[in-house]
Amino acid sequence: MEMSKPKEALFSKKNRGLLKDPMNVNNPITVQVLGICSALAITVKLKPAIVMSLSVIVVMALANVITSLMRNMIPNRIRIIVQLVVVATLVILVDQVLKAFVYDVSKQLSVFVGLIITNCIIMGRIEAFSLGNSPWKSFLDGIGNGASYGLILIVVSFFRELLGNGTLYDYPVVEKLGLYELGYHNNGMMLLPPMALIVVALIIWWQRSKTPSLIEKD
Amino acid sequence: MQELINIFVKSIFIDNMIFAYFLGMCSYLAVSKTVKTGMGLGLAVTFVLTITVPVNYLLQTKILDKGALQWLDPSFAEVDLSFLSFIMFIAVIAAMVQLVEMVVEKFAPALYSALGIFLPLIAVNCSILGGSLFMQERAYATIGQATAFGFGSGIGWLLAVLAIAAIRERLKYSHVPPALRGLGITFMITGLMGIAFMSFMGIKL
Repeated sequence: MEMSKPKEALFSKKNRGLLKDPMNVNNPITVQVLGICSALAITVKLKPAIVMSLSVIVVMALANVITSLMRNMIPNRIRIIVQLVVVATLVILVDQVLKAFVYDVSKQLSVFVGLIITNCIIMGRIEAFSLGNSPWKSFLDGIGNGASYGLILIVVSFFRELLGNGTLYDYPVVEKLGLYELGYHNNGMMLLPPMALIVVALIIWWQRSKTPSLIEKD
Repeated sequence: MQELINIFVKSIFIDNMIFAYFLGMCSYLAVSKTVKTGMGLGLAVTFVLTITVPVNYLLQTKILDKGALQWLDPSFAEVDLSFLSFIMFIAVIAAMVQLVEMVVEKFAPALYSALGIFLPLIAVNCSILGGSLFMQERAYATIGQATAFGFGSGIGWLLAVLAIAAIRERLKYSHVPPALRGLGITFMITGLMGIAFMSFMGIKL
């Protein structure tokens, strides 16, 4: 069926849209409201946030491709279980790799690596996109959504680490700038978990003020 | 007994699934528009957590842990299957959710239609898998402790969802800046409630 259609270029405008849209108008966290669960607990510092984003991108792209390849074979009634098994297998692989190469970060992330399985972004995108689209498109969709999830994670952890700890990627920025001698103090409140929610709320506020079409009606 | 009550209270207030770990936020945001749906999903989550945590505890201690298979044959003392825990836990959870769905459909059809799409999605609710993973990480000593933890976490989730749903019902009458309406203000309120819940951290149990 797909053979009869004229072949689409690998990076046609539509395919580029798949990569680009999630960054802004269709952002998984601030617009689709998916995947907030694990997004917030691990954004105290940049390093775990970056490792987490990379893991999510990898799992998402691969899970999207695999389910898309199998989409005509999965019976509708048991599709959730099939998807969970695919995602869980990929997450086990990622978890083992993290334990082998970045053990300290893997300890910091603790249960949140496992929670990638139930990350709503992954299940949501599989359900909404890759069950009805070709593997290449699903791959792009996975990368796009994973990357924009990572973007929010990195922005949030950037502010939390800088304001709360005075460091960036464990590099003591504030100390090097000599701000402590001028009487600057770190804001310890930024390290508390609830502040992650408030930072995300500020991002949403900023984004919706810039793109009024996203404002909710009632 | 006192120990069990300690774990129960601790998992409701101090280690609250939502305010301390942000687990299950997706469905928390989705169902908290009215108290009624919040209550329904909260009860379902509590029920599923109370069942899956002890079942996964048995799975962990009797099959997956290093040397846990010794009851089968002494030669299995070195076998360590703990890397399989994610996939085993999620399989148990998916099966349990299916069961709950069937029971609710049979005995409470009104609740079933009210919950709609959210019931099957409990399987991918982070707080359910999170409960089992925290149980694994904290290595509870007995199955009683694991059950108390699962039940307490569920009640904590229910409490959080009811609180935010009640606030959001009232929020309809207030003047929120347009860009913050809906999602943004809910995040902020959850953050503020989280700060309030942090005051429980000082309690030593």
